[in-house]
Amino acid sequence: MTDTAIRPARIALVGNPNSGKTALFNALTGARQKVANYAGVTVERKEGQLVTPGGRTIRVLDLPGTYSLRARSPDEVVTRDAVLGRLSGETAPDVLVCVADATNLRLVLRLVLELKQVGRPFVLALNMFDIAQRQGLRIDLEQLSREIGAPIVTTVATRKRGLDELLTQVDTLTLTHSNVGDNTWREPSAGEIRAAHAEAQRIYRDCVRPPERPDTVTGKIDAVLLHPVAGLLILAALMFTVFQSVFAWATVPADAIDAGFAALAGLVSEHLPEGLLASFIADGLIAGVGSVLVFLPQILVLFFFILILEDSGYMTRAAFLLDKLMGVAGLHGRAFIPLLSSFACAIPGIMSTRVIDNKRDRLTTILIAPLMTCSARLPVYTLIIGAFVPREKVWGLFNLQGLVMFGLFATGIVFALLVSAIIRRIFWRGAAEPLMMELPTYRWPEPRNVALNLWTRAKIFMNRAGRIILPLMVLVWVLSTFPYPPEGATGPAIDYSIAGRLGKFIAPVMEPIGFNWQMTVALIPGMAAREVAVAVLGTVYAVGGDADSHDALSTLLSQQWSLATALAFLAWYVFAPQCLPTLGVVKRETNSWIWPTVMFVYMVGLAYLAAFVVYHTAVALGAG
Amino acid sequence: MSDAVLTADDAIASDAPTRALSTASRGETGVIVAVRGDTGVAEAVASDELERRLLEMGFVEGARIEILQEGLFGRDPIAVRVDDTRVALRRREARAVTVQFDG
Ligand SMILES: Nc1nc2c(ncn2[C@@H]2O[C@H](COP(=O)(O)OP(=O)(O)O)[C@@H](O)[C@H]2O)c(=O)[nH]1
Ligand SMILES: [Mg+2]
Repeated sequence: MTDTAIRPARIALVGNPNSGKTALFNALTGARQKVANYAGVTVERKEGQLVTPGGRTIRVLDLPGTYSLRARSPDEVVTRDAVLGRLSGETAPDVLVCVADATNLRLVLRLVLELKQVGRPFVLALNMFDIAQRQGLRIDLEQLSREIGAPIVTTVATRKRGLDELLTQVDTLTLTHSNVGDNTWREPSAGEIRAAHAEAQRIYRDCVRPPERPDTVTGKIDAVLLHPVAGLLILAALMFTVFQSVFAWATVPADAIDAGFAALAGLVSEHLPEGLLASFIADGLIAGVGSVLVFLPQILVLFFFILILEDSGYMTRAAFLLDKLMGVAGLHGRAFIPLLSSFACAIPGIMSTRVIDNKRDRLTTILIAPLMTCSARLPVYTLIIGAFVPREKVWGLFNLQGLVMFGLFATGIVFALLVSAIIRRIFWRGAAEPLMMELPTYRWPEPRNVALNLWTRAKIFMNRAGRIILPLMVLVWVLSTFPYPPEGATGPAIDYSIAGRLGKFIAPVMEPIGFNWQMTVALIPGMAAREVAVAVLGTVYAVGGDADSHDALSTLLSQQWSLATALAFLAWYVFAPQCLPTLGVVKRETNSWIWPTVMFVYMVGLAYLAAFVVYHTAVALGAG
Repeated sequence: MSDAVLTADDAIASDAPTRALSTASRGETGVIVAVRGDTGVAEAVASDELERRLLEMGFVEGARIEILQEGLFGRDPIAVRVDDTRVALRRREARAVTVQFDG
């Protein structure tokens, strides 16, 4: 028996959305989590480990929430396949932990009946038991356990209560192999769902007595937040606050990071003999990493708000309020969450489209997500606006630079809606996918949860910076440094480098939209990650002249570019698919090369057209 | 209350008015007497699929209903309390649910 006692086991957390699966997962595994994707389907998979008091290692899998094993969205397919052990390279979990919101048992009991048919050992975790007790909800645990044929533990995931009992049950179940049976599950028909409902209803009536003090707060809050007029106004104010904060809160840490890296580069230049190595470390490595890490604060601030809105239960309300408006553009109300995330970065945005059931709705959302101004575009916008737009007040009230920035955001949103409308009205006509969404009880966001999730986000971002952006910066440095200019050359060194030649080679194509070859050079590695373009412009102009700081670059640009060129560059950036990782995610999400290609072509087309129109209009108006 | 499993026949027998959920206004309450899959208009999902989705979200015969809120544009979508859960859905799909309204 000792052999099985220490054999590692796998458990999977299954349950309705918002029952506390992720909270329980966090409580069980702490920060020892890995976020990855399921093979083939890019649905985020969280896996973590823990060691039981008995010394057994347990791997915990956090699955996407579901109301039934009958999968409708890619999200739910993953849950079903993980539970049934159909995922490639994986066996069925040793124990299924069904996580239920103790205060909201009706729907989950039917899911429990489905899980029972799977024939795997399972335990029911009655989570949120603190709220159940506060409400005076009485549940006859023994009888409920008998009815569902599985052990029950009560847990408070956010306070780490009940975890030991849960693990003890898991240990026992893996040892005794009790209630393992044949898998008799198959997709239930409507009639079978009704029958299961009736059975669940009977169990509920027999085991649960209604709460003495039911929650009334959610209803009161909803009376305001879901109010047709007040609700929309509050939502607008909230969004405004979020964007203000992204700019306001992130400035100080971003500047600090920027200054830190500049100081580091300065230190290197000072202490290393001038030459290739110093240039490589200061211009290539440090400047490259620094130029990307400055976005970390912005991304974290935006995700902070998204997590708070999600955790509190507000996100579904926002989707409710916006459903009709978004429907005009052919979007599903649920597209709101992915699109909001895309303001931080299109990658998590595109990944979160998995909450949309319908394939066409999902694809439309994916295709327009990169039109949301992601934070990687900000440094480009900031640089150009700083160089070309005067620091003026408009009507003594609005900051002109801020207005231009807002205009760029707005252009992105407007075109996203237009593109979506065109897709849904012309290419994919047909009825809209039903909206059916539980509006969860409002809760205070759990600081620990938010912190853990932010940490995970930061890790993913730095990983990406390290793995994709850093090598590219090194590549850019190599391309813009070699070969050296010949002896006695008079022009700037970069003119002779591979990057310079390449830029000049492509430049004629970009000339009609007012781009010079330096800009063209910047666009190439900018494909890897938009923000790299700023660093490359710095490198190109620094290697070419001697601009060593951000301000200097800004001044330099304002001398070298015409206003028309600068505006065309901004217009290009609103649309251009300047980000290979995004295209890569689209490929993985859609499992086809067609969609990334479509995205690339339509976005480049829009970008070229927009830059062309802006450039020539500006020239005609005398800004050439 | 929610224990009462009313069927469509019961509803016809009683003289309380039954209407589609899609016609309900804010504040109205009642009991679901029938859930079908077809809404009388073209849907993105098959009628059998729609019926199952409604059932899984708790729209099942006998469940108590209350209309909590309506959207601004065309009073759509609606937020509905179904027994103890709050669910948002569009009036379009709400046509598949027949309710015997109180009073
Ligand atoms: N009071 C209380 N709140 C909880 C408990 N478990 C989770 N929550 C909160 O419930 C919300 C939803 O939890 P989450 O883990 O995201 O649910 P999931 O959708 O099942 O992953 C979060 O705001 C949690 O902080 C609990 O046991 N007690
Ligand atoms: Mg979760």
